[in-house]
Amino acid sequence: MTNKELKLKSVFLRKSLLKYIYNAKAGHTGGSLSCVDTLNVLYNRVLNVDPNDFKNPNRDRYIQSKGHCVEALFVTLADRGFFPMSDLETLCQHKSHYIGHPTKKVNGVEQNTGALGHGLPICVGEAISAKLDGKTHRVYTLLGDGELPEGSNWEAFLAAAHYKLDNLYAILDYNKQQITGDNSEVMNTDSVSEKLQSFGWAVKEVDGHNLEELEAALNSGPLEAGKPNFIIAHTVKGKGVSYMERNLKWHHGVPTPEQYELALSELNEAEALI
Amino acid sequence: MELDKIEEKDLKMGIANQVVFSETMQQLAETDKDIIAVTSDSRGSGKLVPFAQKYPNQIVEVGIAEQNLVGVAAGLASAGKKAFAVSPACFLSARALEQIKNDVCYSDNPVTLVGISSGISYGALGTTHHSLHDYAALRAINNITIVAPADNFETEQAVKLAAKHNKPVYMRFGKKAMPFLDETNSDFEFGKGRIVRNGGDLAIIACGETVYPAWLAAKKLEDEHGIKTTVVSMHTIKPLDVKLLENLAENGRPIITVEEHMVYGGLGEACASHLMQNGYKNSFKIMGIPDEYTVTGSQVEIFNYYGISRDGIYKTGKKLLKI
Repeated sequence: MTNKELKLKSVFLRKSLLKYIYNAKAGHTGGSLSCVDTLNVLYNRVLNVDPNDFKNPNRDRYIQSKGHCVEALFVTLADRGFFPMSDLETLCQHKSHYIGHPTKKVNGVEQNTGALGHGLPICVGEAISAKLDGKTHRVYTLLGDGELPEGSNWEAFLAAAHYKLDNLYAILDYNKQQITGDNSEVMNTDSVSEKLQSFGWAVKEVDGHNLEELEAALNSGPLEAGKPNFIIAHTVKGKGVSYMERNLKWHHGVPTPEQYELALSELNEAEALI
Repeated sequence: MELDKIEEKDLKMGIANQVVFSETMQQLAETDKDIIAVTSDSRGSGKLVPFAQKYPNQIVEVGIAEQNLVGVAAGLASAGKKAFAVSPACFLSARALEQIKNDVCYSDNPVTLVGISSGISYGALGTTHHSLHDYAALRAINNITIVAPADNFETEQAVKLAAKHNKPVYMRFGKKAMPFLDETNSDFEFGKGRIVRNGGDLAIIACGETVYPAWLAAKKLEDEHGIKTTVVSMHTIKPLDVKLLENLAENGRPIITVEEHMVYGGLGEACASHLMQNGYKNSFKIMGIPDEYTVTGSQVEIFNYYGISRDGIYKTGKKLLKI
């Protein structure tokens, strides 16, 4: 896949996740739009995973700690061939496995997440296990900035550095907003880079909508041997749809028919420019 | 009379179930490098120091961080390890309850959660260190087996079974040496109660460290009044052995349940619920810790205060039998 095709895929994934949120009349729109570029790069350039052999013990692991942005994950998995995209027409419907958070009932999902602050400790266990067994696969998690105050994350930050888990990559979807307001107003997470460095992590900051930068950071091997990797992806909540960007109303807002059409036309324009 | 001063010539005294847990872990680790103990600065109280010395690559220390303890154990289990998350029962079953619910049970990662120094084992250290809620809290979570072994035999069997169960298990142990309750009874499986004494006049269903005083009470009832009592070690609180429960209730005899747990939500209420919903009308008494600020003291003193003792259970038996 060329870089241009990868960029086009990001637009396609944005259109797809909006479509299924619009259909289901539910979803975490802003956060899904902020992290979907990261997911695109992970599943199409970084992760060694096979939709037809998902349980292979040597696969790379991806556990989405910010489980509420499941729509971005589902469309990425479907596009990658883990299940038919049309399955998502049942999103949030009675008896559908495609619920509002990741579940292992869906091919490609590693863990049931949704409660915040859970992904990283599980990844620490996965990464320790890989080290014990001398395996070379990597373990990735995506954290939301709103979940950083969860104490369990900080327990796991300590443990990952203690065990020198350089096979572990925590990606922060740093859009700097959460449901109540800006992170800085709700609970200040400033200087997150310094905080993580002081905890013994190697830190890299990237533009979370720049696919090349994301790929370089996620695919380059450990940033520093013997240190877990913390990738701060600076993102924009609602990225790609002008009226949703940085507008908290779209944390879990569902577009009206008119708004949906407007979003699609904006994304079509963006697509034409690639 | 203090429980730990009773000398019962009919029962052979063993060691603390916690020590048996550690010894069994060493046995298992000898042939299985996937056995991993995960500890939260708890290897000392979990009696795992010899295990850690012998198998340094099979112990993962997370420090005093119970949420991470359970999350890490879930990750290890997901990767194929037989993870035993070992921590005092009070912290494990409360501090890490959400990790147990989501990362272990809901995600179906086959972790064995080992609650050490459970119930009121820590006695005078007070309520912060007691686990009188764990059966209730965990019974309300789908996909977990809850086990409280009574003696050394049950403990060894439970640990070995958990290692190959491939499903979430919670087990809890105390610190006191326990006698072997019935050396002739070598059947052990999860979800199947173990009859340690037989008799048709009364039934006492107990679990964990309360099976011993239940057995002593049954003996006293027989010695002093000729009352024959069936005593069951209902080591698996969930799934409950409802078949055995119905068999016990069938002849209409009174039933007493005994547990080192609050009277709400534990073994007793599980039995009562099943019996009532299936039409049994046996007289019935739940013995446990009442809903109040727990009296202070050692485990034995607290047990005696609330009647979870040979004499307390004996008196309750006489009352139900109207003798």
